[in-house]
Amino acid sequence: MKTDQLVAALVADRKGPVWSPARLMAAAIAIGGFASIAIFAWEFGPRVDLAAAFGTWRFDLKLVLVLVALVAAFGACSALARPVRAGSVPRRLLPLVLLAVAALVLELAVLPQASWTTRLIGSNALVCLTAIPLFALAPLAGLILALRRTAPASPTWSGAAAGALAAAAGAAIYAFHCFDDSPLFVLTWYSLAALPVIAIGALAGNRLLRW
Amino acid sequence: MSNSDDLSSLMRAARAGDDEAYRRLLMQVAAWLRGITRRGLAAAGRRVDDSEDIVQEALLAMHLKRDTWDETQPLEPWLRAIARHKLVDHLRRRGVTDHVDIEDLTESLAAPANDPAGSAADARHLLAGLPERQRHIVEGISLEGQSAREVGARLGMSEGAVRVTLHRALKALANAYRRDRS
Repeated sequence: MKTDQLVAALVADRKGPVWSPARLMAAAIAIGGFASIAIFAWEFGPRVDLAAAFGTWRFDLKLVLVLVALVAAFGACSALARPVRAGSVPRRLLPLVLLAVAALVLELAVLPQASWTTRLIGSNALVCLTAIPLFALAPLAGLILALRRTAPASPTWSGAAAGALAAAAGAAIYAFHCFDDSPLFVLTWYSLAALPVIAIGALAGNRLLRW
Repeated sequence: MSNSDDLSSLMRAARAGDDEAYRRLLMQVAAWLRGITRRGLAAAGRRVDDSEDIVQEALLAMHLKRDTWDETQPLEPWLRAIARHKLVDHLRRRGVTDHVDIEDLTESLAAPANDPAGSAADARHLLAGLPERQRHIVEGISLEGQSAREVGARLGMSEGAVRVTLHRALKALANAYRRDRS
């Protein structure tokens, strides 16, 4: 086949609407998140004092942390879905890191030292470690499928970012179930829960996102 | 490559549905790719015979992945990234692990290369491996120069169905390229 003959076939393959990586990812998270919310509603449910929790700064800060993580991971994942090497990924994480440090400093300042350990260990660590990866599964599957239509410069990093994004989505759902609102707990256990999801994402990316 | 503003606006026009702009863009990119791949193969100490296959594989990738271009950015770095990816991939599959610095190759290429277009040898047998209907449609449009409507009339399919099958065929062709070399 000559190249101008191939070009004729490419031109005949008309374009539909543009599906940018961000648009694909948003659709994947919406669909995957819907499945996770169904599991959440079926098996977990919101904490009983949810309405009152909104009035406490720790719960609100927890939601802000999770949302900032979601935004940072979305930006990183979208940048890594392109063939041109992404600029600075660490810079995208800077707001999250700054907020995390501020939350930590605040909590340590207001909390008596005697209760640091209790707050750190909390009462839901094991649930947290299983629920966040569980809620992340459907969004991760959706993201990997969506990213197969993109052209990541590094499939492994792209998959890892998809894992981080899926974990942030899972954490956003789980946050409404969990009673442990202390930044000490959230920063420790939510991060630990994200690690296996990131690892699965990286492995899946390495195998499935090559192009 | 010559003026990149021009390439970006060609792609923008293509996105808006201008087939002629898209054809011109692809032909310019093909000429540019031909120069890069021949130099890349030569630099890696490989024969330049299969350069046209890399050109076609990269064109297919650019086509199928064109939504990953961000309109706010110039098109050229995006094109270069895909060309680099496909060339490095090709060499790696052929057992060349040495780093080939395509940046040097592309920077030195201010104008499109005037090397005559060759024919891709792999494409023919990859095409033969497609399901029959897909192959008829690709051949009708590319080799025989028919429109989607004409191919549809010949095969008793609607124009829309021809386009859907054509898209599947191009994706299958891109995958076949990857599998063929691994």
